[in-house]
Amino acid sequence: MKYYDRLIFELSKKGRTGFSLPESSWAYNADSIPDGLRRGTPAELPQVSEPDAVRHYVNLSNMNFGVDTGFYPLGSCTMKYNPKINEEMASYPGFSELHPLQPDDTVQGALQIYGELSDWLCSLTGMSAFTLNPFAGAHGELTGLMIMRSYHISRGDLKRTKIIVPDSAHGTNPASAAVCGLQVVQVKSTPQGIIDTEDLKPLLDDTVAGIMMTNPNTLGLFETEIHEIEDSVHAAGGLLYYDGANMNALLGKVRPGDMGFDIMHLNLHKTFSTPHGGGGPGSGPVGTAEYLKHLLPSPVVRKSEITGKYEIVDQPQGAGRISGFMGNFGVLMKAYTYILSIGKENVRKIGPYSVLAANYVKESLKDLYKLPVPGLCKHEFVFDGLVKANAGDQDREVTTLDVAKRLLDLGFHAPTIYFPLLFHQSIMIEPCETESKETLDAFIEAMRTIAAEAESEPELLRSAPHNTPVRRPDETCAATHPKLKF
Amino acid sequence: MSKIAEGLLYSESHEWVKVDGLIATIGISDFAQKSMGSIVYVDMPEEDDEVVKDEEFGAVESVKAASDLYAPVSGTVVEKNEALDSEPGLLNQDAYGAWIIRVKMSDLSETESLMDAVAYKEFLDKQA
Repeated sequence: MKYYDRLIFELSKKGRTGFSLPESSWAYNADSIPDGLRRGTPAELPQVSEPDAVRHYVNLSNMNFGVDTGFYPLGSCTMKYNPKINEEMASYPGFSELHPLQPDDTVQGALQIYGELSDWLCSLTGMSAFTLNPFAGAHGELTGLMIMRSYHISRGDLKRTKIIVPDSAHGTNPASAAVCGLQVVQVKSTPQGIIDTEDLKPLLDDTVAGIMMTNPNTLGLFETEIHEIEDSVHAAGGLLYYDGANMNALLGKVRPGDMGFDIMHLNLHKTFSTPHGGGGPGSGPVGTAEYLKHLLPSPVVRKSEITGKYEIVDQPQGAGRISGFMGNFGVLMKAYTYILSIGKENVRKIGPYSVLAANYVKESLKDLYKLPVPGLCKHEFVFDGLVKANAGDQDREVTTLDVAKRLLDLGFHAPTIYFPLLFHQSIMIEPCETESKETLDAFIEAMRTIAAEAESEPELLRSAPHNTPVRRPDETCAATHPKLKF
Repeated sequence: MSKIAEGLLYSESHEWVKVDGLIATIGISDFAQKSMGSIVYVDMPEEDDEVVKDEEFGAVESVKAASDLYAPVSGTVVEKNEALDSEPGLLNQDAYGAWIIRVKMSDLSETESLMDAVAYKEFLDKQA
């Protein structure tokens, strides 16, 4: 891979352009612009030719690793392949060139897609209504918790300010709760890795707003005590919030609504194949049970029973407004396309195939990597480092970080490491249903090679990666002395 | 292997305490700093803040994770180690030299539930 780290500003040459326009024959008077609205200094825009601009961005993109480059088993992130048909549908000008303030009459197609996608998400999750407005998973969590608070407050129950979060939860759960003004109370896991119901029960009193759960949880384990948890939380007057981060394991098989959850969010950029991060923003739709749907945030899309047309309306009792308009519509288009192209029959296979892939990788490697919680997992699992890590030998000891860095040399993205915090050497692997057996076998082979190298040639791991454009960045310096601008 | 300093008391959440009269000097153990990896930030309470035994009094952030600090004893903060603001890595270099806060204890008997060096070593061995 060619190393490339130039900024487009470094390529800039005064006066160079990629276009040629005839001289403007229109009269204009720049003097009429009020002084207060003028720039003090000229805008520093890069001046480059078209080939320079194209080569710059293609070279930068070549430095990247994504699901289009190779296998990306980043645990907890559901890095499934993003089908190209999603992009094609989302980029139709009839959708991509809409203005959010256009009259409802002129955007009936887009509103129909919003309405149908909400309905399908209801069918897949067992919820009664969905808002598609939240921009990301954590934004969905905050929206869901605002609904939970609004519910308690609307009943005049003002003392419910605590939220229970398991010690295995994603960090976003306590963070969203804190932003929502709730006090986080932690519930412990059993040695088997699921919520300890004995630890939970004493926490349940009339100050508890609810519990946030991810099921299957971060260890890839199904919370088998969910019915008991549901009964005790509901009996104490609390609500159950479902974090949809791990919904891929259950898709088409189990529905959070049927497990007794009252509010939930989905990550369309995980379960519904839309890109993560730079490939397009996220989306975190929030669903509720029937008795809470009047609390969904404004605005909502509704089909008028009189005219049969879709309309955008305010929700007077809703938990406020959490987005300017109707969410990241391009992302909704991609998820809509994904569901439609997968179809009703195949959607039932997503959960089982993702579980099969995870168990296949786990069973093929557990002789060489420590498996702290044995047995069947769901869509992901966690190893606690190498079985033979030369522990205690300062010059030969191999850590999870070394394993992850060496994987880069072998052409794979590293799994999630050092999370969850329940183990010291966590390696969290989520393969996804979109990978072929050949790809999984190649990954298993690479992990086995690394385990052998850890014994025969540990230095190879300790100094990895060797053939990536960037070797080991100084993470401490990056955290303590970050350079945030050019 | 992690170092364990003699003459200090230890908590199950890997803080150490050095008792000198009513004053308790508090830090994190060598095991804790090793598990955390390179430490990049230490969140400490201010002078005159109250800390309560087994409750959170600050946090240590490393390149791997952020971990809460739990007070091994109750009392009033009389001093914080300001050197850690600019050089949080001191905790990695010398966990027992780089203390975090000094507390004037409100209940001396609270130290009885802490472990001595021998008991802490056994505790660590059991965890491994």
